[in-house]
Amino acid sequence: MKWDIKDVESWGWQKHPIGATIPEGGNADYYKTGGWRTQRPVWDEKKCTDCLLCWINCPDSSVRVAGEKFANFDYDHCKGCGICAKICTPKAIAMRDEGGEE
Amino acid sequence: MAKTAVKTRTVAMTGNAGCALAMKQINPDVVAAYPITPQTTIVEEFANYVANGQVDTEYVNVESEHSAMSACIGASAAGARVMTTTSSQGLALMWEELSIASAMRLPIVMHNVNRALSGPINIHCDHSDSMGARDMGWVQLFSENAQEAYDNTIIAMRVAEHEDVLLPVMILHDGFITSHAIDRFDILGDDEVKSFVGEYIPKRTLLDVDDPATFGPFAMPAFYYEQRKALRVALDGAKDVVIKVSKEYGELTGRMYGLFEEYKLDDAELGIIVLGSTAGTAKYVVDRMRVEGVKVGLLKPRLFRPFPSAEIADALSHLKAVAVMDRSDSIGALGGPVYVEVKAALYNSSKRPAVQGYVYGLGGRDTGPDQIETVINDIKKVAGGEEAPRETVTLIGVKE
Repeated sequence: MKWDIKDVESWGWQKHPIGATIPEGGNADYYKTGGWRTQRPVWDEKKCTDCLLCWINCPDSSVRVAGEKFANFDYDHCKGCGICAKICTPKAIAMRDEGGEE
Repeated sequence: MAKTAVKTRTVAMTGNAGCALAMKQINPDVVAAYPITPQTTIVEEFANYVANGQVDTEYVNVESEHSAMSACIGASAAGARVMTTTSSQGLALMWEELSIASAMRLPIVMHNVNRALSGPINIHCDHSDSMGARDMGWVQLFSENAQEAYDNTIIAMRVAEHEDVLLPVMILHDGFITSHAIDRFDILGDDEVKSFVGEYIPKRTLLDVDDPATFGPFAMPAFYYEQRKALRVALDGAKDVVIKVSKEYGELTGRMYGLFEEYKLDDAELGIIVLGSTAGTAKYVVDRMRVEGVKVGLLKPRLFRPFPSAEIADALSHLKAVAVMDRSDSIGALGGPVYVEVKAALYNSSKRPAVQGYVYGLGGRDTGPDQIETVINDIKKVAGGEEAPRETVTLIGVKE
């Protein structure tokens, strides 16, 4: 992060950059949208074929891939839309309610 | 004619041709515009300059005014010097982008050739289009004639890009009356305009890959309010910059412009306030009635946003009665926008005239000297104590 925004919510009007410009790009990363989720995708390693259709279709770039294989979900940003589970041909992704019993 | 620092040339041109010429002399990086009567001849003429290679401008043909302003916002955020032009329904179609341009603090300069807003559909002059946009955070400069429309274009570019302002500026002139009538006025040479407006060096640009920035982000309740305060402060501050840049332009050309023009107002007892081309007719009536011994003067607002309330209240303080004439109606309000502003400006002054509001000339209805004379005779009765000022607005020139 190029600027310190720890106390940004208390900033006066003069401290903000002109026209609400943010002096860096890619900052959506700081916004943890995972809290919006009511259901979480759960991955079954045994069924997964690493086709990566989930990675292609995830609208929030919340499917992490390592070495061309499924790695894990980015639960900080996954909003729980369920597209990955729907698109998964071998049914290796299931949607589970948040806040319920594991 | 005042002594000028540069050689000027006198031309005979329509107001729109003068505006297109000023744009050519400014030579903006990007123009994105869509033709609409009565603005069309500005874009037409400017497109000729582009086609003939007389400007370096990237001319973006868009499919609507919504796209025109959107393209202007993108280009301005990218750091370009941007201009556009519209009228009436075109301005209305730009609506959501207008307040985005100001909130993003983008110095776009736009002519709006005043035309009545539909409906019924009409192509002729009134100020309902730009008055409707008065709360959009744009600087608004009104012009009486082709000379002022030309001069305001050049001044506007400097005001918009001034580091204390960085706001879009809307320049207004009257549709058909100023836009299409051939007027005699003085122009500067291309080099003088070029050196007056200078080079635009943006402090932020969307295209700087080494120093990327995010433009136009979402602002939740914790941030939105502060941005609006910053916008208000910047717009209020534009007043001083308009004065400063206009003074500098005056030193160059001999044509001095302030926040408003006072015509025979010093020793007047009665005042008339009217902006745009009708101010020219009002000057003629003031002269004629002065001969008859009526102590009347004119105040012609030039800068409408930010509205110079304190300065106008001061300029009117010695008068007995003032008539405010609006070429648009703020339907459901006390009267037209200028009337409401003037009345509000005077309310807390201890020394203030009685004020009466009039609406005139909607949809291009001709407003001749007789109507203005009627208005002045009307407020003479208020000044003399024969009649109390009317609280409700009077629509003049309408068939009952």
